[in-house]
Amino acid sequence: MIPELGHFALILALILAAAQAFFGIFGAARGDARWQAVVRPAVAGQFVLVSTAIGALVHAFVTFDFSVLYVASNSNSALPTFYRVAALWGAHEGSLLLWAWILAAWTLAVAVASRNLPASFASRVMGVLGFVSFGFLLFTVATSNPFERIIPSPADGRDLNPVLQDPALAIHPPILYMGYVGFAVAFSFACAAMLEGKLDATWARWTRPWTTMAWAFLSVGIALGSWWAYYELGWGGYWFWDPVENASFMPWLVGTALIHSLAATEKRGVFKSWTLLLAILAFSLSLLGTFLVRSGVLTSVHSFAADPTRGLFILGFLIVVIGGALTLYAWRAPMLKSPAGFEGTAREAFLLYNNIFLVVAAGMVFVGTLAPLIADALSITPLSVGSPYFDALFPMLMLPLGALVAVGIHAAWKRGQLGNHRRRILVGFGVAALLGLAIVYGVYGAGKPLTPVGMVLGIWIILSSLIDPIDRLRRRLTLPRAIVGMTLAHIGLGVGIVAISTVESYSVERDAAIAPGESLALGRYAYRFDSIKEIEGPNYDGVRAEVTVLRDGVPVTVLHPERRNYWVQRSTLTEAGIASRWNMDMFVALSKDVGGGRWSVRAQLRPLIDWVWLSAALMALGGVLAVTDRRYRARVTAREPAVSQGSAAEAT
Amino acid sequence: MTPRQKRMTLVLGIVAGVSVAAWLGMQAFRANVMFFFDPTQIAAGQAPAGERFRLGGMVEKGSVEKTEGTLDINFLVTDFKHTVRVKYSGILPDLFREGQGVVAHGRLKDGVFVADEILAKHDEKYMPPEVARSLKDNPPPPAPAGT
Repeated sequence: MIPELGHFALILALILAAAQAFFGIFGAARGDARWQAVVRPAVAGQFVLVSTAIGALVHAFVTFDFSVLYVASNSNSALPTFYRVAALWGAHEGSLLLWAWILAAWTLAVAVASRNLPASFASRVMGVLGFVSFGFLLFTVATSNPFERIIPSPADGRDLNPVLQDPALAIHPPILYMGYVGFAVAFSFACAAMLEGKLDATWARWTRPWTTMAWAFLSVGIALGSWWAYYELGWGGYWFWDPVENASFMPWLVGTALIHSLAATEKRGVFKSWTLLLAILAFSLSLLGTFLVRSGVLTSVHSFAADPTRGLFILGFLIVVIGGALTLYAWRAPMLKSPAGFEGTAREAFLLYNNIFLVVAAGMVFVGTLAPLIADALSITPLSVGSPYFDALFPMLMLPLGALVAVGIHAAWKRGQLGNHRRRILVGFGVAALLGLAIVYGVYGAGKPLTPVGMVLGIWIILSSLIDPIDRLRRRLTLPRAIVGMTLAHIGLGVGIVAISTVESYSVERDAAIAPGESLALGRYAYRFDSIKEIEGPNYDGVRAEVTVLRDGVPVTVLHPERRNYWVQRSTLTEAGIASRWNMDMFVALSKDVGGGRWSVRAQLRPLIDWVWLSAALMALGGVLAVTDRRYRARVTAREPAVSQGSAAEAT
Repeated sequence: MTPRQKRMTLVLGIVAGVSVAAWLGMQAFRANVMFFFDPTQIAAGQAPAGERFRLGGMVEKGSVEKTEGTLDINFLVTDFKHTVRVKYSGILPDLFREGQGVVAHGRLKDGVFVADEILAKHDEKYMPPEVARSLKDNPPPPAPAGT
């Protein structure tokens, strides 16, 4: 009964989404206040209904209702409660429902926060969101109903894929979706501006917090996925240029470009049409990511059973959304003028360079990720693009971008006046060069050719970011959260470059077959395989090894890698043993019994690898802080004159 | 310079930069693209000598030979018409099994495919798309039980 209730709620939500789209867009076009008045109740109703549907599915999972096909396929009576809830988004149908629910939640937030916006504009924004929601709900109801029954119902379920039974992965999809779907808000703001034919600094100020928030979520979502692949899949690295990783990275790169170009649009009224294009692009790539991951065209951990009708539906939806938005863009963008000129060394110019590098990087990832699919679709010889392609190109784009960040932070709007900051720039670079080279050649020893470049650059960005805030504090000026946020995010970038330069150059890894009692040497370290014993968990059994790590012969820590056999799905899983220190990770993954009492193991030392994820966390935290800046709150709480503080205006 | 000239310089600079990036990208792409070959194509001598490529097919039943206590393994990959011997030393993906689809990266050396990477399958049902197509062109014998 309850699953049918959920299904019914979903169908009602679909109808409300249609109403929201229709009355939102055409109500504003006709200037009909009564039509527009339908929109907010529709948003609220839709949120309640999709929540009901989610609630019904959670109920089915928690109460072991195996008569629901989706529950029977993704849960089991031995599955712990936490994972029974997380199993909701463990496969295709539930993921879509989650997507729709997060969209409903974002739309509700927009409905609440947009009361001070011009009525017709708010109505158009929600109308466009309603259209997106309609597409996804239709997709869910028509091709991927999560409430489908199975008769006769099985006695027990087939269990959640064991690799998904992990805390970080349980929260990875919702956070990632918060980012993807959040770009739908920026997209709707862009479409609404084009429909209105008006785009000014206020528009950019409305759009910025939403975009930054979505970007922060996406950063965390990607980092969680990367961290999970590191310790759960036993891949032993932070990034593999896997097509699915790339699918989430492309919207992130474009989203990063977008939050920077929005800053220029808000402060100086420039790059208007470019900003719109980026907003369209960021959401299109989010949709493309969903399409690539969920349609099964990419084979990876993420692709569920491939069903061609589903892929075609998303492809069709993609074409409607992207094609529609681009048509609107071609029609309306020429009307937008960006009046202000600027010097080649002005802040605007640096933001432009930033955008070029980020968009080119996204394009490079796009080519590498989609070339195999396109070759496949055209029936040319099957081909694949390996990570060397990305490894060769990505630093070529990111290192110059890093240098531009370190210099560009000091540039003023309109006229660069970099000459006034020559001392800051040179001193910052000098200190960074000394420190960076000292670390590279003093601590680690010469690595790859790009290592010292990355190290110096990363430190330079950190120092450059800190100069202005410290100067403000010394002069007892206020430090708005927008500036603190920007500084944190840039420090995050610096930390990331330092971390990646280090881990790429100084990791030590060995795959070997060893028997208990034997040791494996990794530089100054040795991994001693002490013992192996059998273990049993709630829904699996397996073996656990004890590996002692020694440094110069002195024990440092003990690792416990496991190899688990999950009963229901009969799949084997490697749980890596990892010890994290502030400056490195010691990693060992246990593989197979290769006979003769020996086991194959993958042993690694990865300096600064945790800093890669720390960098993402810093960026996200910076984004969240920037969103809570006073000038955004002012417009929600009261109708104060919405002037931003002079200091914030000049720096962000 | 007049503002107009400045703008033109900026635009030209950007165009030049993007062109260089695109050219580098093409080079990197050409150098790192890997093509796929099945055992029949290899038997026909179509696979490039000395270059890295992808090989795909089924792991022939009963063909896996391991050297006890080491990571060395060799096995036959088949498309039910021809077979290729594959040599590999390293950690195998958890789902590597006889009678299952497999994709290997490596080079052909004296008729033996020396793999440097064996691709992980993520679940029991997964079949690499190229392998699926190759098998469709070369249907397996009537009773390939267990595939």
